[in-house]
Amino acid sequence: MATLMAPNQGMLQEGAREEKGENARMASFVGAVAMADLVKSTLGPKGMDKILQSMGRGHEVTVTNDGATILKSVYVDNPAAKVLQDISKVQDDEVGDGTTSVVVLAGELLREAEQLVGQKVHPMTIIAGFREAEAVAKAELTAAAFSNAEHPEAFRNDLLNIARTTLSSKILTADKDHFAELAVDAITRLKGSGNLEAIHIIKKAGGALKDSFLDEGFILDKKIGVGQPKRITDAKVLIANTPMDTDKIKIYGARVRVDSMAKVGEIEAAEKNKMREKCQKIIDHGINCFINRQLIYNFPEEIFADAGVMSIEHADFDGIERLALVLGGEIASTFEHPGEVKLGSCKLIEETMIGEDKLIHFSGVALGEACTIVLRGASSHILEEADRSLHDALCVLGETVKEPRVLYGGGWPEMRMARAIEEAAKKTPGKKSLAMEAFARALRQLPTTIADNAGLDSADIVATLRAAHGADPGASRMGVDMIAGAAGDMRELGIYESFKVKQQVLLSATEAAEMILRVDDIIRCAPRQRSG
Amino acid sequence: MSLAFDDYGRPFIILREQGSKSRVRGTEAVKANILAAKTVARTLRSSLGPKGMDKMLQSPDGDVTITNDGATILEQMEVQHQIGKLLVELSKSQDHEIGDGTTGVVVLAGSLLEQAESLLDMGIHPLRIAEGYEMACKVATAHLDSIATKWDFSPEEVEPLVQTCMTTLSSKVVGRLKRQMAEICVKAVLAVADLPRRDVNLDLIKVEGKVGGAMEDTRLVEGIVIDKDFSHPQMPKELKDVKIAILTCPFEAPKPKTKHKVDIDTVEKFESLRHAEQQYFIDMVQKCKDAGAGLIICQWGFEDEANHLLMHHNLPAIRWVGGVEIELLAMATGARIVPRFEELSPDKLGFAKCVREVGYGTTKERSIIIEGCPNLSAVTIWVRGGNRMVLDEVRRSLHDALCVARNLVRDNSIVYGGGSAEIACSLAVEAAADKVVGVEQYAMRAFADNMVRVEQYAMRAFADALEAVPLALAENSGLPSIESLTAVKARQLAESNPHLGIDCNDAGTNDMREQNVFETLIGKRQQMFLATQVCKMILKIDDIIQPSQYD
Repeated sequence: MATLMAPNQGMLQEGAREEKGENARMASFVGAVAMADLVKSTLGPKGMDKILQSMGRGHEVTVTNDGATILKSVYVDNPAAKVLQDISKVQDDEVGDGTTSVVVLAGELLREAEQLVGQKVHPMTIIAGFREAEAVAKAELTAAAFSNAEHPEAFRNDLLNIARTTLSSKILTADKDHFAELAVDAITRLKGSGNLEAIHIIKKAGGALKDSFLDEGFILDKKIGVGQPKRITDAKVLIANTPMDTDKIKIYGARVRVDSMAKVGEIEAAEKNKMREKCQKIIDHGINCFINRQLIYNFPEEIFADAGVMSIEHADFDGIERLALVLGGEIASTFEHPGEVKLGSCKLIEETMIGEDKLIHFSGVALGEACTIVLRGASSHILEEADRSLHDALCVLGETVKEPRVLYGGGWPEMRMARAIEEAAKKTPGKKSLAMEAFARALRQLPTTIADNAGLDSADIVATLRAAHGADPGASRMGVDMIAGAAGDMRELGIYESFKVKQQVLLSATEAAEMILRVDDIIRCAPRQRSG
Repeated sequence: MSLAFDDYGRPFIILREQGSKSRVRGTEAVKANILAAKTVARTLRSSLGPKGMDKMLQSPDGDVTITNDGATILEQMEVQHQIGKLLVELSKSQDHEIGDGTTGVVVLAGSLLEQAESLLDMGIHPLRIAEGYEMACKVATAHLDSIATKWDFSPEEVEPLVQTCMTTLSSKVVGRLKRQMAEICVKAVLAVADLPRRDVNLDLIKVEGKVGGAMEDTRLVEGIVIDKDFSHPQMPKELKDVKIAILTCPFEAPKPKTKHKVDIDTVEKFESLRHAEQQYFIDMVQKCKDAGAGLIICQWGFEDEANHLLMHHNLPAIRWVGGVEIELLAMATGARIVPRFEELSPDKLGFAKCVREVGYGTTKERSIIIEGCPNLSAVTIWVRGGNRMVLDEVRRSLHDALCVARNLVRDNSIVYGGGSAEIACSLAVEAAADKVVGVEQYAMRAFADNMVRVEQYAMRAFADALEAVPLALAENSGLPSIESLTAVKARQLAESNPHLGIDCNDAGTNDMREQNVFETLIGKRQQMFLATQVCKMILKIDDIIQPSQYD
């Protein structure tokens, strides 16, 4: 029979735990706040990086300040911390940037909520207040956003500013102008389609970050077959996904049964013949370049070499899809109707050298949208981090092209939202207003953290900002100026952020905070026993 | 007991005491069971009502679920105790039968057992208590019927349905958007409802979702969403007015089921086999083309060669579509599911106005939306949410709301919520308890008098137990529970108005008619039936034998 001390004994499985009421709330607050503190120091242009060492073989090391990457790699046991991990991942999938901000904001909201709970405000009341504050903040954010989509010149400038702002918090900050140009060029080439797949990023160790460049064509990190032309002009390309080793017989149950060595020879010859015919059919398409997703064995490679056709094997699936997109051909698997298959084409295919590696370079491609960014850097860690940073910037730019509204950065939107919420809180009766004020405080924590990370006097700066926004509501452009270490005009400094990203940060963080606040009971099942 | 002697006087053991089994008997057993049930009920108690809190559950694999849906909590708690499992089953059966009120039923059962415990202490036999509960349950449900109101709606006038769905949703995480969600649910249910027959097949409503975006982006797709993409990356992403063929045979070389071997011993045979193979694929695609199909939906995979041929013949295709989706698609588009290429003919094709592929955010994930089907008999609710946990919870909440709407279509009687129905029933049972003696006295003989009186206690206990629901509601809403309950009870008695309940939303009135808080009659009735039945079952157990955990 269960004792009074632990009424759940025998009810749940052995090893399971249950936390209730205040304890549960405490556990989730602590977990979430710890998670937010973990990534807090990486926020902003002066944020620090983290070293992550994997537990697997080789103890691989990653150096990053990308919130999503950090959180993804940390193993957590606290369920509330898992919620934060999840929102950061979603933020990454949805808009690509702001992964740290969303976790920090959710953490700050919960920290404020914890104090309110301590003052005997019911969690449901806090949630109601948060919801109202969120609505006010969203309205203010929408009102604050502006768009230059009608003026291509100004819009390009906006994009550059956004790219610079995003990159400034990353490893690329030293060369942010260079990379901002790269990223904006790549995005504008897409002509609003926002299809990031057409931008290919290749990482090659060696050189300096500054040597990274944007290539208008397409670069494939593969080898050309032996004895085949290394340079083709006016290429006609057949992109295929077909076995080029031995064509297996697909009919079920078929098997070869022979009774003499001579027969073996015959069958072998027939097999070879079959392959030769297949190659001939491929060549009959009138192509001079053949790219296959699967292996190409020596024998067909030789046939292609004889015909003067360049063949590239083992282009993985992503590569093949991208190539098809870029070259404007279709991915073929049958070769019976040469006239009907859409071939890809480009002006020039040649082997180029980057660093020490040979790569295949396609230039003058049909789809002008595609391009390749070649990243150079001293070590693979730097390259990985540069790739992540550039990916963030590209995602944000892609989203901005779709949703051209922008905001100033440097904590400007947070200060504006905070002011609007406080204004609304004054008019709200009841305990809800306490929660709304807490929401405003949490928002203000973002510029505070950015300033703190840069070693600035955050209290002073945030107070100045607050006064500036209070004195001139809705028109002030003051934000944190990292370089001068004071409050500054964000427009003059050219610090811009994407509206979509900010809005998503606000919505996800509030949703996550609400989710955790609603919990009053944590039940952990017994961990599954792993065998072996 | 556990030791018997055979004909020759040799002892043999029926049930090994001590050793490998543990055993609890008599009142002790009943009490142990009640304690277990109470513990489970107590866990759920705080999730009841619009201000109920959520539970965070960590699965054995470390995945986190946050929910306040009673059935889900109990299912994921992995309760090990036998009686605890009974309550889990109880909540599940309410879920299957009604779909809503899964928390309420457990709270009610727990409270009934709690009351039974004190009756046991008074020395009343468990079975007497059970019978008393049974009688009380009859009285209560009869009273429910009498206070129920018919709630008329028509496809044009859906407001009542929306209101009821809103009551269900207000206790969930989507409370903020309850109006929007309730409207979506009602639209979905009415779209698939068979109004003349008063039946709704909920299988026709799929609740699907993708992480990302905001809850506000949730919408009703008047068609079907498949979480797949076109088989070849270069097939067109949008099709208009397309004829659809639904196949359940793979685009692969034939695999006869009987065992066979094709022996190849000459070059000629090898050649002919090769041609046959190629021809086979060409025939397959040609058959689809001949039937006039513009889109192929297949349950199985495609051979690379076939895939390219399809693309080549301008036949977009979707592969590896699940069985459930296939059936829904067939119903919606009016297509027949074709198991063999030979049977493909123009009259077996379905039709859709628009088929398109959509992507999300920065990931490569894609879904295909099929809209504008001739039979609007299948719809999909497309849910978006900030993270996976929100999404799952929204899906569960929508499921509850859909069930409620369905129940109303089946039977449009409602009772008022906010605990008002429980209080009214409690009053009715109490009144009946006093009367019972008189009525039954005539029917029963002398000693029965005693028995009837004993059951009177049980009925009073039942009445008290019913009050647990409004009590928990008030408690969760931060109201002084006993004060508000007694106030409402007194007013119900004085005004004989069964619509007075607990004012959870701080709306300033106790009249649930004004607050528009409803629940379905069948849902409430089922709760009482199920809770009473489980109590009866638990009370009847007087011996627990279980193998001890250590060998």
